[in-house]
Amino acid sequence: MRAQSCEALVLVNEEEATGIRQMRVNLPAGQPEPKAGMFYMLRAWGADEPPLLSRPISVHRWDKETRVLTFLYQVKGKGTEKLAALCHGDRLSLTGPAGNGFPVEAARGKRVAIIGGGIGVAPLLQLAREVHPVAARVDFLAGFRDEVYRVDAFEPYCANIYVATDTGSFGKKGFVTDLLDTEKYDLAYICGPEIMMKNAARLCLAAGLECYVSKEGVMACGLGACLGCTCRTEKGEPVCVCKDGPVFEGSVFYG
Amino acid sequence: MADLRVDLCGKELRTPVIGASGTYGFGGEFSGIVDMNWVGAVSGKGLTLEGKAGNTGVRLYETPSGLINSIGLQNPGVRHFIEHELPAMRALGPAVMANLGGSTIETYEEGARLLDATDVDFIELNISCPNVKAGGIAYGVKAASAHEVVSRVRKCTSKPLIVKLSPNAENITEMALACEDAGADGLSLVNTFQAMAIDLETRRPVFDNVFAGLSGPAIRPIALRMVYQVCKAVNVPVVGLGGIATARDALEFILAGAAAVQIGTANFANPRACEDVARGIAAWMDAHGVKTLDEIRGAAL
Repeated sequence: MRAQSCEALVLVNEEEATGIRQMRVNLPAGQPEPKAGMFYMLRAWGADEPPLLSRPISVHRWDKETRVLTFLYQVKGKGTEKLAALCHGDRLSLTGPAGNGFPVEAARGKRVAIIGGGIGVAPLLQLAREVHPVAARVDFLAGFRDEVYRVDAFEPYCANIYVATDTGSFGKKGFVTDLLDTEKYDLAYICGPEIMMKNAARLCLAAGLECYVSKEGVMACGLGACLGCTCRTEKGEPVCVCKDGPVFEGSVFYG
Repeated sequence: MADLRVDLCGKELRTPVIGASGTYGFGGEFSGIVDMNWVGAVSGKGLTLEGKAGNTGVRLYETPSGLINSIGLQNPGVRHFIEHELPAMRALGPAVMANLGGSTIETYEEGARLLDATDVDFIELNISCPNVKAGGIAYGVKAASAHEVVSRVRKCTSKPLIVKLSPNAENITEMALACEDAGADGLSLVNTFQAMAIDLETRRPVFDNVFAGLSGPAIRPIALRMVYQVCKAVNVPVVGLGGIATARDALEFILAGAAAVQIGTANFANPRACEDVARGIAAWMDAHGVKTLDEIRGAAL
């Protein structure tokens, strides 16, 4: 599928937790539908206004019937600050859906762990929605520094939800990897900070689980043209986060 | 309706707007977004004889109205390009410009020979990549070195040969004259300006290579000045580039004498930039009663 560019109408843009916002937009008719793990390049400012680059944000939820596309994002810098300022009725430009989504069919009939860390939970809600009908069982394991967000949204799609916080403010005090009993699963999907993904993926791979990770990268185009988001695999091969990923088999990086 | 067609080194482009090397992939990446009928040519990702994995570490860094990149000529190599990328690039519609870099004169020559045997429309000789020591910048600073590499490559191809100049050249006019004298059919300028950034937390340079290349609107007025100087000095066609983002910007370069323009970094801020610029030029021409760009090219000289 080739990415397209369009203008979308903002329906809601509200704070979900400290520095974490949820934005729902209307994806115009005719635009290709996203799948879990895909992302869009978002821009709510002129091509001649800073910051120069648009911002890649993953699909948090896609409601086909209403064509409502939801993004969950962390306000971190100038770009996301401008996104945070959008109100109902504002317009923003979207380029996408970009990247390869999670391989959902891989979960058919399997016991699945969806493992998220912090804002890494963003692409996992749509994943849970797509995996739920095909998997034997889906559990959600989430780790946060302190404040917990969006966990409730996973309830309709997950048999069990386990939460850890670094501070112990909610759930188990510790890391999300402390929640992971690899014997209970056949397959894991992971998204979160690099160190968390590495630790979780290594645990899964060591236990023989099939495992997929969703990587983050600084990118200019999101289309595979700029090669700004290239990173090296375990074997030293250059791969593009945007076009070859953002979802990769865990062994590609952590094998 | 304005006639956007331009002649570049004897080849007709349907518009004067070219997707710049390194920002447009091999064109197909933008084909779902841009109406390629508005794109005159695509200059593909910079090629080297053998493929390159590119640079390690940070590759992109935003500045006020600019972008510093340290990609490092990551590319699949000339042979891979010819076999796997060129057919689809050819089928897109715009003229095909193969951008060729090199580490030694011999690799430039071999790359040019291979490309000469294909149906690419132009070879854009990159003697200006600032991110790889072996990427040609060595030849892009001193006019005498540029003269040698261009002369040697000239003997390897009968394709229209456009030499892409670096703004880091010691003297841009002397550089342009040297390339013209060596047999270049055209010149394109400017590539990125050597730049850097420092991380306050680590107190170290942001880029593994320390220096990297600055592009975007920040460099546009300097690029325009250099294009103007070169157009005054040479008789071969000049392709202007450097921070062009709008039709207005492109028209400035054409008034400075450019035969065509390339759009680079602007494709990142607006993936439809090439189409928007071409449409904008047509609209301006219609509004000003200009039928072809020949009527206004170089008016500012």
